[in-house]
Order: sequence, then structure tokens, then C-alpha cells
Amino acid sequence: MNQFLKDRETQIVTKGKHSAEIACEKKSLAGSVSQRACVFCGSRVVLYPIADALHVIHGPVGCASYTWDIRGALSSGPQLHRLSFTTDLKERDVVFGGEKKLYHALCELIDKHQPKAAFVFSTCIIGVIGDDVEAVCRQVTREKGIDVIPVMSEGFNGTKKDGYKIACGALSKLVGTDDSYKPSKYSINILGDFNLAGELWILAEYYKKLGVELVSCMTGDGRVEQIRRAHKATLNVVQCSGSMVHLAKEMKEKYGIPFMKVSYFGIEDMSDALYEVARFFKDEEMMQNARELVREEISQLLPALQPYRQKLEGKKAAIYVGGAFKAISLVKALRLLGMKTVVVGSQTGNADDYKLLKELCDDGTIIVDDSNPNELSEFVKLTGANLFIGGVKERPIAHKLGLGFCDHNHERKEALAGYVGMMNFAKEVYASVTSPVWKFIK
Amino acid sequence: MILRHTTKEVKERSALTVNPAKTCQPIGAMYAALGVHGCLPHSHGSQGCCSYHRSTLTRHYKEPVMASTSSFTEGSSVFGGQANLLQAIDNIFGIYDPDIIAVHSTCLSETIGDDLGQIVGKAKDDGKIPEGKHVVQASTPSYVGSHVTGYANMVEAFIKYFSFNTNEKIRQVNLLSGWVEPSDMREIKRITEMMNIKSVLFPDTSDVLDTPMTGKYQMYPKGGTTVDEIVSMGNSMKTVAMGEWCSKKAAIMLDNKCKVPFSLTDIPIGLSATDRFVQALSTAGKVSIPDSISEERGRLVDVITDMHQYLYGKRVALWGDPDTLLPLVEFLVDIDMKPVYIVSGTPGKAFEKRMAEVLGEKVPEAKFKNGPQADMFLMHQWIKEEPVDLLIGNTYGKYISRDEGIPFVRMGFPILDRIGHSYFPTVGYSGAIRILEKMLGVLMDRQDATAPEESFELVM
Ligand code: SF4
Ligand code: SF4
Repeated sequence: MNQFLKDRETQIVTKGKHSAEIACEKKSLAGSVSQRACVFCGSRVVLYPIADALHVIHGPVGCASYTWDIRGALSSGPQLHRLSFTTDLKERDVVFGGEKKLYHALCELIDKHQPKAAFVFSTCIIGVIGDDVEAVCRQVTREKGIDVIPVMSEGFNGTKKDGYKIACGALSKLVGTDDSYKPSKYSINILGDFNLAGELWILAEYYKKLGVELVSCMTGDGRVEQIRRAHKATLNVVQCSGSMVHLAKEMKEKYGIPFMKVSYFGIEDMSDALYEVARFFKDEEMMQNARELVREEISQLLPALQPYRQKLEGKKAAIYVGGAFKAISLVKALRLLGMKTVVVGSQTGNADDYKLLKELCDDGTIIVDDSNPNELSEFVKLTGANLFIGGVKERPIAHKLGLGFCDHNHERKEALAGYVGMMNFAKEVYASVTSPVWKFIK
Repeated sequence: MILRHTTKEVKERSALTVNPAKTCQPIGAMYAALGVHGCLPHSHGSQGCCSYHRSTLTRHYKEPVMASTSSFTEGSSVFGGQANLLQAIDNIFGIYDPDIIAVHSTCLSETIGDDLGQIVGKAKDDGKIPEGKHVVQASTPSYVGSHVTGYANMVEAFIKYFSFNTNEKIRQVNLLSGWVEPSDMREIKRITEMMNIKSVLFPDTSDVLDTPMTGKYQMYPKGGTTVDEIVSMGNSMKTVAMGEWCSKKAAIMLDNKCKVPFSLTDIPIGLSATDRFVQALSTAGKVSIPDSISEERGRLVDVITDMHQYLYGKRVALWGDPDTLLPLVEFLVDIDMKPVYIVSGTPGKAFEKRMAEVLGEKVPEAKFKNGPQADMFLMHQWIKEEPVDLLIGNTYGKYISRDEGIPFVRMGFPILDRIGHSYFPTVGYSGAIRILEKMLGVLMDRQDATAPEESFELVM
């Protein structure tokens, strides 16, 4: 594979051919056309869905522009999160510091919008010019009487994944600040769902049918008040994208709340997510409810999937997504559609994720960490994939190669979680792979 | 009601930008570099910026957008990014094999004081730049200017690096296109060909960001101005530079360095600006204006007269880049519409003066502003004070359009939720017809949708 960056060889393995473990969690090489984003991006996407909080970007204008309404995280109420507020630093501020500007911006915004809390994101340049963002936040907290939480997410401090951790740190400042609430004994928090295309609402409905109370959702359709009392829940159910595991761990240590990792994608994983919760509460009635729900959903879903499966049987898929856990669910879901995964990779997977992926995949599957467009297009050629699953930067590449495409990232408009999500997924994959347009490519 | 947070009352803001009508310099540098054949843009900074710029360009053009990054770490931000850039140059030529790497800086690399010129010089001395290959660099910190000035800086950098006067004048005109769509670049070339003028258009993203589907992925598509062409620009008779913000710097560079005189025109949007552009071309190329062009103009004027009754007096709010806003506003005034609110996040003193000239006495109620706090929030506040009939600007206007129920024509950058901009030009006379078509389309759709049944007719 001499067309690949030499130093990256250890980050690409083929199941059945290489016995070595994949290298991952490395910094991208200088000069690579990496698909990765930054720490700030990670923090921003995690906290963004908290709809009644103010999100202020302290930095130059670009960082704010590009993350304005960055993903379709829906809110059932306030929409404050969808506006873009920035201190829009100028050369003067870079020289003399931007603390005053930040202070005024915050005061102005809090007076005007009366948010429940505020998050202040500091971007690369803030780290370099050395503004004391924490001090400004403390001062405004004191003066305005709301929590103003610094999110020290300088982009260069790592990858998107490091940003998740910082976001969790910011959330944990809110968690535990309201003790007055008394939830039922069967209560959970949902962690790591961002309510893309309203997915959280689907899950909430399922858990309601089981008889489980949702204390808070972090962060999809999030509200500051809910997060404050999240420590009162009995269990944390963490979507295994990895973005919220840090918080779950912290809540376990601090408040003794156990957590479980689940995935809501695909029939198997979704059903497990429900059963696990029922099992945790050791309540026979709840388990009965779960069984009924699953039976009912599957009995409708399986026959409905059949026609798609027939058409998709034997087709090959390439997956390149942000988090590796998502990739794992995808491999299973594709299998349910009769499809084989021939390439699978992620921007931020860790050793455990890749191990699991390797176990799950067939021989010959290429597994890759932190890939780039050249490699991806080479892999597609090598394996003859018919479908590509990825995000915004991969879509046009896949299309140029004449492949069907399914967005499993920010740009999707259809919910992919839950049983209805599996159906949506099947429809989308089917429509894309069998589109008549592919026959016009010469 | 996503924008329920917008208040009607306009208060002076000093510290805060809400819903910016601009973005940062590097993305402009990236776009300009993509208009050069065989060029890979390179972002000298952390991965995040590069990833955002690529995503945004990808969303707007619906094409793969390639760019590499220096992948700064915490260490680089303390010790400087020289080692990263040197390694990057090595890796890029080794693997992606472009003809040219166009390096731009980011906020971060500028703030820590990396000197791109010095680092590229060192790369050259160390033999990291293979024979016949090039590394061009431009300084584009985002706390200065906007995406538009970033574009201008990169265009200037190319001219500075490549163009050369060998004292062999060629009968050729340089066209500095300004930040327009691939379709517009194609249209500018078509107009120039119709006038029988040999020209070099730079940058030229046609056939780069509107490539046909072939089932193959090409990292360097066939389009883009070639190195030879850019070199030859130093020997041209004249430069026609479109857009004060986008192109003037490069034009001055060509004049100073290669003694190629320039005339500065607006980007040819609408009637008057296209008239001036065609006139500038005819002067520069020493040719007369062919009938075929006059006929296109005649068709445009015909459409305007046919439709005047639907256009006159309509109040319009616009936002975007100064070089496109100025001729566009002028066009609206020419066709008797009332451009009443105009914002551009891009700073630059000339804006107010030129805008006042363009608006003339015709629209005394017009409000316009550019620079830091000239953002979409301000625009929305103005609209809340007194509404308009039509919005023209990039995708971010959709929130206002929906919340206030105002028809909306998408023009500018970025357009993330519609297609057409990369394929159908808005420059030139026929481009102006397209603008009219779009405006009339949304205005009349609204009329059809809201007319009471008794006055709803076949012919409106
Ligand atoms: S504003 Fe600066 S830091 Fe932010 S994305 Fe643009 S270049 Fe990067
Ligand atoms: S400047 Fe830093 S924080 Fe902003 S986008 Fe770039 S890498 Fe991310």
C-alpha cells in the first residue's frame, strides 16, 4: 500500500491478514488530509443541544460561524441554542486580551435572554493569548446569579474526543445542584443522545412504556433544570458513542449512580438497551413490558424489512464515522439487511472498540483509524463496496466514486435510532444503493 | 419561531456579534487556491479549522474539497509550528503529489508568530520541495478581515510568487474573477470569448468544483488556472480586476511587480455593472463590443420592462460580501426596487462611501452597515422595525424568512440548502435575467399563495 502515508501503516489492518492490533488514538500526521475536527468541535457538539442555555464562543469569528446551528439537535421548547453568539475577536483584542469584551458580551446577553445557565467556549487563540476565562465566568456568575460555565476547549489540545471530556466536565458542574427533586424508584438519565431528527423522543416513548421515569437527557433536548437534578436518578443509560462516558463515570464515583452502555441503533442493540434496563431494576412487570414492546415492534418490522433485504442481499458496505461504537452497531444493522461490511473505520476509536470490530467483521474486512479521502477511495476500489456510510465530507467522495451513500452524522434528517430508525435506515440504504442514477455513470 | 429571541429595539453593541454575516480568512484562501490547477490548499494550524473549512466548502459546492493540515498540538502552539509545516510539506509531496501547495495561516499560527515565508524558505533550502513543484503562502489570521480578505490575500500571493514580466508583451488580458461561483467563472470566460479576447481568468474554480460524475475520484480535477497561465499574467496588456475587496490587492501586485496596468470594476452582477465590465473588457482588449453581447443586454432590458410593475417599490433586505452586494444593490436600484437594509460583516472603509453612491438619492430610507456588529441579528431587528418584501443573501437568511414570512432568494456564500448556484451564473446580462427570474419567482409564488380567492387569477 505505497499510496498511503508510510507512518500510517499501523493504523490500517485487514482482518484475517494482519494479526497485529491496530494503532489508534494517535495524533494525525502533519500534512494529512484528515477528516478529524478539534477539541472545541467536540465540546460544542455535546453541549449544543441544551436549549435553554446560552452558548457563547470566545474567539475569532470563524469558530462561531462554522458551528452555528451545527447539527439537527431538536428542541421541544426554547431555541436559544440555535443562535450564534461570539466575541468576534479582533487584532486589538489579540494584543490586549479579550477578557473585557467577553465580560460585556456575557452581561449583555444574560440581561437580554435570561438564560438558565451559560457556557463559554474558549477556542485555540484564547489559550495562546492567555485570557483568564474562568475568572470572567466566576465574576459574571457572581453578578448575574446564574451559572456561567467555562468550557476550556482550545482546539489544539487534542481531538474531538478530548472535547467530549471537557464538555462532560462542564456538565458535571451543573449536575447535583438541585437536591429538592424526588424521582420514582425506576428512574434513569439518558446520556449521549443528541436528539438528532427527534431520536430522543422515540427513546423516551419506549422507556415510558416500560414504566421508567426520565429524569434528564444529556444533552438532547436538554434543559438546565433537569441536568441539575440528574444525580437523583437511579441509573445512567449511556449511548455508547463515548461522548458521555466520562460524565457517567464521574456520577458513579460522586453519587454512586451505576451506568450501563447501550446502543439504540439496529434491532438487536435497541432491544438489548430495553432489556438491560428492565434487568437492572429487577422488576418482572417492567421486563414483561419490555418483551411486549420488542415483540410488537419486531413483528411489524421484520416483515417490512424483508423486501429491502431481498434487494440488498450480498451488497457490500464501507463505513467511516466519527465514533467507533457507532460503527459496531452499523455492522450489525447492515448484516440484518443482508449486507457485508468490507471497510470500517472511525476518527476516534480506541483499542477496545477496534478489537470488537475485528471480532465482528468477516475476514478480509479493512479496519482503519483516522483515515483520509485518498485511502478511503482506494479501499472502496479494492473491496468493490456498493455503499458508503459517513459524514458530510465523505458524501461527495462516495458519490464521485459512484456509490450509494448514507449520512450517519450531522446531516441526517431521518431518525435512525429505535425500531422506526432501523426501518428508516433500510429505506435510505435501499434507495441509495439501488438508485437508477448509478446506471448512467460511464 | 426560531428567532423569537430577536428584539425589535436596536441597541449599540460593542462586544458581541450575533449570527455573523461573515466568516474567517482561511476559508477564502482555501477557495482561491482550489481555483489553481493541481493545487492542494494547506491549513497551517490545528485540525479543527481545516475540518470546518472543508465541511463548509463541501456543503456549499457539493463536491469533495481537499486540504491538508499542519495538525498542531499543544506542543506546536508553544514551540511554534515550523517542525509541523516542514514535515507536512514532506508528506504532502510524497503522498498527495500536488504541483503546488498553497499554505495559509490560521489564527493560531499567526498568534504564536510563525513566519510562513521563513518556514517555506527553509523547506526550500532543505530540499523538501521537489524540482518543478511550488509552495505558495499567504498570511490569513481571522481576527483580521473576513473570508473575503482571505481570498484576496491568497490571490495576491499567487501573483506575487508566479507572475513574471519577461518584456514580451502578449495580446492577452488578465481577469481577476473575485469570489464568485464556478458557474460565474465559466460565464465570464464565455463573455470574454464572445468578445474575441484572449484572456487568463484567475482563480478559476470551474471544472474543479462542478466536475462531472465519472465514477472516479480525482484529487486534482482538470480545471483551475495553470501555473503557466499565472506566470504569463505578468506579460499581459492589461488586468481587469473584479471587486475591490477580492481582487484589488492582486491587481496592484501585478501592476507594481510586472507593470501590467489594471482597471478595477465591480463583479458584473446586474445591468450597470455588466455594462461597465464589458466596456472595461473592450478597452483592455482593444476590441469593439459584438452584436451578440448587445443582444443579450437587449433581452435583459426587455425582461425588466416587461416585469417592472411587479418590481417597483419592493423593499429588499440584503446581506453578504461587499463585492457582490454593491453591484447587486445597484441593480435593484436600476430596476426600481428599494434595497432598504444592507449588512456585510466584512470590514473596509470604502463600503459606506460606495454604498451611498450606489443608492444615490433613490432610497433615502436605506440603512447599511459593515464590519463587526453588522450581523444577521441587526438585520433582523431592522426588519422587525419595518418589514421588507424580499430577502436576498446566503442560507442563514432562512430563519428570518420563515419567522417573518418573507420571500427569500439565496445568493452569496454559503448556500447550504439549495442547488443551482454552482451551475447557473448570476453574472453578466444573462445572469441578471436569472436573478430577475428568481426574485419574480418567489414574489409571485407569494402572491399566488396569499391572494384571496376572488382575486386569484390565471395571469397575475
Ligand atoms: S476563526 Fe481562526 S481559529 Fe476559528 S476556524 Fe477560523 S481560522 Fe480557525
Ligand atoms: S481555532 Fe482551534 S478551536 Fe477554533 S476551529 Fe480551529 S482548531 Fe478548533
